[in-house]
Amino acid sequence: MRKVAVIGVGMTKFSGKQGKTAVELFTEAAADAINESNLKPKDIQALFVGNGLGDFEEGQAQIQAFCADSIGAFNVRANRYENACASASAAIQDAFMWVAGGFYDVVLAGGTEVATKMGTPLATRTFGMFSDSRYEFPVGITFPGVFALLANLYSKKYNVPLPELKRQMAQVSVNSHYYAARNPKAQIQKEITMDDVLNSLMVACPVQLQDCCPFTDGAAALVLASEEVASRLTSKPVYIAGIGQASAGNLMSQKEHLPHLYSRELAVRQSYKMAGMTPADIDVVEIHDCFSIAAIIALESLGFFDYGKAGEAVIRGETKIGGKIAVNPSGGLKAKGHPIGATGAAQAYEIVKQLRGECGVRQVEGAKVGMTDTLGGDGGTLANIIFKRGW
Amino acid sequence: MEYKLTFRDYNEALKKNRLLGQKCESCGAVITPPRLACRQCGSYELSVIDLKGSGRIQSFTVINVPPEGRVTDGPYIVVMVELNEGPWIMGNLSGVRPDDVTIDIIGQSVIMGQSITVSDKYSGGEVAGPVFLLQAS
Repeated sequence: MRKVAVIGVGMTKFSGKQGKTAVELFTEAAADAINESNLKPKDIQALFVGNGLGDFEEGQAQIQAFCADSIGAFNVRANRYENACASASAAIQDAFMWVAGGFYDVVLAGGTEVATKMGTPLATRTFGMFSDSRYEFPVGITFPGVFALLANLYSKKYNVPLPELKRQMAQVSVNSHYYAARNPKAQIQKEITMDDVLNSLMVACPVQLQDCCPFTDGAAALVLASEEVASRLTSKPVYIAGIGQASAGNLMSQKEHLPHLYSRELAVRQSYKMAGMTPADIDVVEIHDCFSIAAIIALESLGFFDYGKAGEAVIRGETKIGGKIAVNPSGGLKAKGHPIGATGAAQAYEIVKQLRGECGVRQVEGAKVGMTDTLGGDGGTLANIIFKRGW
Repeated sequence: MEYKLTFRDYNEALKKNRLLGQKCESCGAVITPPRLACRQCGSYELSVIDLKGSGRIQSFTVINVPPEGRVTDGPYIVVMVELNEGPWIMGNLSGVRPDDVTIDIIGQSVIMGQSITVSDKYSGGEVAGPVFLLQAS
């Protein structure tokens, strides 16, 4: 297996309702990634695009073909990945394999989404399609509802009284907004307080509006290249040191492990093993904080804190830059935004920028190793990628 | 290889307030909803059984923001129930006002009393889900 490097990244500004199409957003991010790589579109040998719900947003399925054509990578192999909110992370992992396996030298991977075009009622319905449509949809479960179930279960299982857990969850959102306020590409560049979270609309108890990520439009893309090509084109290659991806059946079938998601525990184990690393080696992580409780659960499964203990650590500041592990310096899904099909690529964008030392006031000083953590649905897909500075 | 308990058969039974499951002939695990391979050991040797529909609440939420197409005149309760036979299942809880529910409901006994049937343009027909009632302990 060959070493594979990220040699260029691009990302649109994330936003609420805006005027561009999903193809346009993707091609803008892709062009930036290609330019940064000192390549031309004709050098791209294949395209791997995450896109969750284009069918409902613009009536556009098979978006990858139109993306390839629009960026000028004419007639190349182009595949779409639909892994719910982990679509782009699945795309990046498959792109990695094509290059690692020696079939291609230079490929483009990323994702795009224009979720706000659906409006909230249809978006809530279509996001719900990532749960089990036959056996869990009929009771009216929504995604905030899934994480509300997990939050109450967490409170009971780990004996963290709900008012305390609510404060821990609120602090996750406060932290994300703090960093998003310093990220010019973030959707919500505004700080919030714990009271703002605790006084916001109750969506699905105990999950309130400010525990939830917004609906977002945006795109992100990365150019992946073999070590040999990377060494010719850049002095700052960021290598993919480890990947892991796992699946799971419907939420109730995961009963032994809840509130933790077993697919994450498998995926991250694969990633650490492949990279020859442990949680202590990770300097910065972008985790899937679609809901604040999801971040607490993720931090435990990724091995940074014991079960039932991550919330306390968040309150103590251990997940901020300078703490035990720098978490979501981009502003996370909560405040940077969550264009579902693009999210994994946007997480990778942030990690690559952090490892290159290009993040300004939200730079994690001296970061050498970073990880992404992307969840699709309620555990149906879980993808982790470990990135390592190559110089 | 044929599916032994299809969605159609499970769904038709649930509409009549009968909860079907499967029992693994190899390891004895009880499973619902239906699947081809035993969740515990992977065997395809599953027989169809009736489940009693009684169990305990493991978690709950009250949905205040429903998805498009959900027929409801207000917030509704979703519960995760561990059935006495072993499987966990998601259902609604009726007979309790959503405003009155607190985390203390976790651990309480419930029994499936009826079912709810929903249908919209994406659902591929009518789809039923279980509705539970609290049981006096």
